[in-house]
This record gives sequence, C-alpha cells and structure tokens, in this order.
Amino acid sequence: MAASDITSATNRGQTRERAAEYLLQRHRFRLTEMLPWLIAIGVFFVFPDRMTFGSQVLVMVMFALSLDLILGYAGIVTLGHAAFFGIGAYTVGLAAARLQWTEPISGLFAAAIAAGIVGFITGWFLLRYRGLTLLMLTLATAIMLQETGNLRSDISGGYDGLPGLTFKPLLGVFDYDLYGHTYYLYALGALAVVFYFVRRIVYSPFGQALTGIRENVRRMHAIGSPVHRRLVTVYTIAAAIAGVAGALFTQTNAYVTLTVFDFDNSAKVMVMLILGGTGRLYGAFIGAAVYMVLEDYFSKLSPTFWQFGIGLMLVLAVLFARRGILGLFENAAEYFAKRKQP
Amino acid sequence: MPHFAIVAVSILFDGLAYAMFLFITSVGLSVTMGLMGFVNLAHGAFAMAGGYLVVTLTRTLGIDFVPSLVIAAVLVGAASVVFERVLYRRLYKSTDLEQVLLTIGLAFMAIATATYFYGPIPKSVPLPDWLQGDVNLGFRYFPSYRAFLIVLGVVLIAVLWYGFERTNIGAKIRAAVDNRRMAESVGINVDRLFTLTFALGSGLAALGGGLAIQLFGLSPSFAVLYLVLFLIVVAVGGLGSLKGTLVAALVLGVFDTAGKYLLADAGGFFVYAVTVVVLLIKPAGFYGRE
Repeated sequence: MAASDITSATNRGQTRERAAEYLLQRHRFRLTEMLPWLIAIGVFFVFPDRMTFGSQVLVMVMFALSLDLILGYAGIVTLGHAAFFGIGAYTVGLAAARLQWTEPISGLFAAAIAAGIVGFITGWFLLRYRGLTLLMLTLATAIMLQETGNLRSDISGGYDGLPGLTFKPLLGVFDYDLYGHTYYLYALGALAVVFYFVRRIVYSPFGQALTGIRENVRRMHAIGSPVHRRLVTVYTIAAAIAGVAGALFTQTNAYVTLTVFDFDNSAKVMVMLILGGTGRLYGAFIGAAVYMVLEDYFSKLSPTFWQFGIGLMLVLAVLFARRGILGLFENAAEYFAKRKQP
Repeated sequence: MPHFAIVAVSILFDGLAYAMFLFITSVGLSVTMGLMGFVNLAHGAFAMAGGYLVVTLTRTLGIDFVPSLVIAAVLVGAASVVFERVLYRRLYKSTDLEQVLLTIGLAFMAIATATYFYGPIPKSVPLPDWLQGDVNLGFRYFPSYRAFLIVLGVVLIAVLWYGFERTNIGAKIRAAVDNRRMAESVGINVDRLFTLTFALGSGLAALGGGLAIQLFGLSPSFAVLYLVLFLIVVAVGGLGSLKGTLVAALVLGVFDTAGKYLLADAGGFFVYAVTVVVLLIKPAGFYGRE
C-alpha cells in the first residue's frame, strides 16, 4: 500500500467523524427550542378564558407539522392533505356517535391507524406521479372521501355533521370543563409526543434520505435509495399524524362536519406552513399560531378583508420571503452577525 | 319514444352543453400549462371576473347579453397580460409549490374583491328573448340556451382548430409545447407567444364565466369551486393538447351529467372517480406526452 493511500484513508476517517459530529450537533436539543413550549404553557396561565381557541391553534400546529414532514422534508406537493385530517376527525366522531366509544386517548390511536391505512393505500398508488397529475390526484382523493360521506349521510350526518358529541373524562379522571382547560393541556401533551416523534424522524438517516429525495430525486435513484418505499412510508406517517390532529379537532370541538374534507382546509394548512417556513419543524408552530391569531382578529372585523389579506400575504411571501417568517428571522440574524464583525 | 331513450337524449344534450362550457373555459389553461408548465390556480378567478363583468355590463349599463360576453372576454384578456408580465413571469423557473401559492393567493384576493363589490349572493343575467324558452329540434323540445351553448362551442372548436393546425402562429405554439428549447433556438419568441396565448386563454375563460351564469349562477366562490373541474379537464386531456382538452371535456361533461341524472345522491363522485382511473392508467392524460 502506498503512503498516499494511508493518508487518504485516515483523512477519510476524519471526514466521516466530522460528518457524524455535525449530524449529532444538529440532532441535539438547543435551548431556544424550549421557547414555543414555554409560550404554550404561559398562554395557559395568561389567557385562561381563551383555551378553546388555544386548543384549535395546537390542533392546527400538529396538522401543519404533519404537512411539513411530507412537503417540507420529502418535497411532496399535495392539495388533499385534509383527507387524512377528515378521516381522523370522523373516526373519532363516528366511534362516539354510532358505537358509543368515547374514550379519548384510544380514539387518537384509532384515528392514527385509520388515517395511516388510507395514507398507505393512496400513497402507494399516487406517489409514482409528480407535478399537476399528483396535485389533481390528491385533490380528487379528498373530494371523493367527502362525496362518499355525503352519499352515506345516514351514517356520517352529511353536511349537518355529527353535533353534540360527548367524550369520557381523560384517563377516567379529568373531565371536560366549560373553558376547555383540560383539553388544552391534553392537546399540548399530544402535540409534544408527536413533535418528539417527528423530530426523531427528521434527524434520522431516513429523514436525511427524504431531504435527498426532495433535493435531487434522480441522484437518490442512482445511489440505489428505495425512493418510492421511503415516500410511501413518510406519507403514511404524515397521514397518521394528520389523523391524530383531526381526532383532537373533533374531541375539542365536540362536533364534526364534512367541511373538514374541504379544499379550503388543505389550502389553509399549506398557507400556515408556508407562512411559518417549510422544512424546519418550528415553522409549523409559528405559521399556525400567527395565522390563527390573525384570522381570529381580522375575520371578526371583516371576513372579506381577511380573505384578501391571506391572498396578499401569500403573494408577498412567494415574491419576497420564500422561506417564511422563520426564514426572515434567519436573514435578519445573519445580517446583524455580519455587521458586528466588519 | 321509450323512456330510457328520452333520458339518454337528455343526458347527451345537457352533457354536451356542459362539456362545451368546460372546453371553452379550460382550453386556455391547457395551452398555457403545456407551454410553460405553469400551474395557474387563478384561472378560475379570470373566469369569475368575466362573469361579473357580464353582470355589470348587462344590468348596470344595459348592454345586450351577447355583446357583453365579447366585451368581457376582451377586457379580461387584456388585463391578464398585466398579471402575466408583472407577476407570473417571475415564477416561470420556480417550483410547482411556489406557482401554486402565488396563484392561490391571487384567487383568494379575487374572491374577496368580488365579495366586496357584488356581495356573496349568486347573481343572474337578463337573457335576450331568443335565448329563453325552448327550441324544437323535430322530435323534442330543448332549452334554447343550452342549444346556443353547443352551437357556440362547436364554432369555437372549429376556429381554434383552424388557428392551431393551419396558421403560422398555431404551428409555433405547437412547436413550443413539444420542445420549448428547440423552438427557441430556431428563433421562435416563446415568451411573446406565451403572453399571447395567456391573454387568449384568459379571455376564453372570461367568456366561459359569462356563459356559466345562466347554468350555475355566479357567486364569488366560483373562482375555486369550478377551478377544480378545469384543472381536471386539463390533467385528464393532457397538457397543451387541444384534442385532449376536447375529449376530456366531453367525457367528463357527459359522465357528470349522467351521474347527476341517474344517481343524484352521488353528486360529483363520478367525475372524480373517472379522473382517478384515467390518471392512474395514463398519468399524462389522454393526449399528453409521458
């Protein structure tokens, strides 16, 4: 063996070590990551009378997080993500209204499994396609589920929905209170579990492979990565999480209607994620929170004005802030860091 | 005539009228998507704008229905050039996602603007006498408005076919859809061609929007509600194909009408089922290039 080979081998070893160190670094929890959770707990004490709205925000954060997994990391553009939210919402709703199965936590698992199965089946068929074809197929899936629900309105309750659902006390102890305190903490706990799970996925080798598929699918094929299997896997996981979010939606609202399958719902969650920033986990938190608070405020003033506002925000975001609010923060941080050291 | 024959003829007639509406409104979208691969979710908003212009022209200014259609189509077509030059042009090389977001944003703004000026209640238009009532086709009476729609559709198909297949500009468009870089390198100005087809397509969409008022009524949600159908027609027909758009409009128009006649409860289920089956088998649509 020539000397140069030995040095290059040790170099390679060092490079590998540095790469591993870099990946570990990214994986570690940073102190700033506490911030959203502290805010969420703080909100519980500061706005005790707005907890029902708070739960809605947490549900949408979870829904946006599930979309981030497929859109932000794997680069799958879908217009039908509401399908899985709706499946989860109706799993819990139908179980409560028709089968008297009203235990909340097992309801979440049932919703995850039901939405995951639908995600697996549709994903296996649809993820071979790209571009407009994929957009149309995902959109058509959500609408077909809605139409199926409408067709069997004897079971689903149609567009009038399933009103006045009641659920058993959490863990058999904590009952639903008028101000929604219990359900806020319950939704926050569920979100924390889901978030930990998603974070593990994103920083795992599997998550890296997804980013690779997003960045350059041809190269991933070329290095022998099982692209389709990975996309179907992450699509199924994201569907299950969206199902949990839908289940929480039904439980916190105590009703569900077929509008959960609307195109508007798919578009809304995408807007939230884009607003916050894709492919960065916390974008879902910022985007959903900012969107929901703005909507709550402005749609009371004038729904028309609010709709115009979302449209304008989207156009401006695409033209000037393609990486969302978090991206703007990062740009600002970079700018000031540069100014400090001339 | 036996009962099932009457039903079949009614379905065919109504389905054909519906298909003509779908074709007129979607054909521009298909050609612009085929040319630039631009996902334009604001196409429904141009159709809606056309519809509301027709409402204003007929109700407020007292112009007849047919001239109003023409004026609305020309105005919307001209206005769309501004959008294309100022906004769309920046995103030709962007990802699907960014194009989707920009155009959804525009659609939302259009809906809000329409709600502000016209209110959320569906509008109707005054029709001239010759478009009201029924027309006798020898064996049965049919609504004259739908007959008018079919005749207009056939005329437009003939004109577009001639323009697409027999003129110099049509040949350039076909060349650019087939292979944009090659077309550019032989000296075709694809950029200008695109502006032209975009204006034409938006104008046709506005015409479709004006025609739709009598069929479905016109409310601000039109921009998104029917957009899904236009996109389906484009995807099923194949991007940039005149023939594909026509076939898709016919198939979906007749299937949807048949579904609503025979199984009213199933509503729009049929259209989506047909779409999914076609796209699973032929991902690029009937006449699209794989």
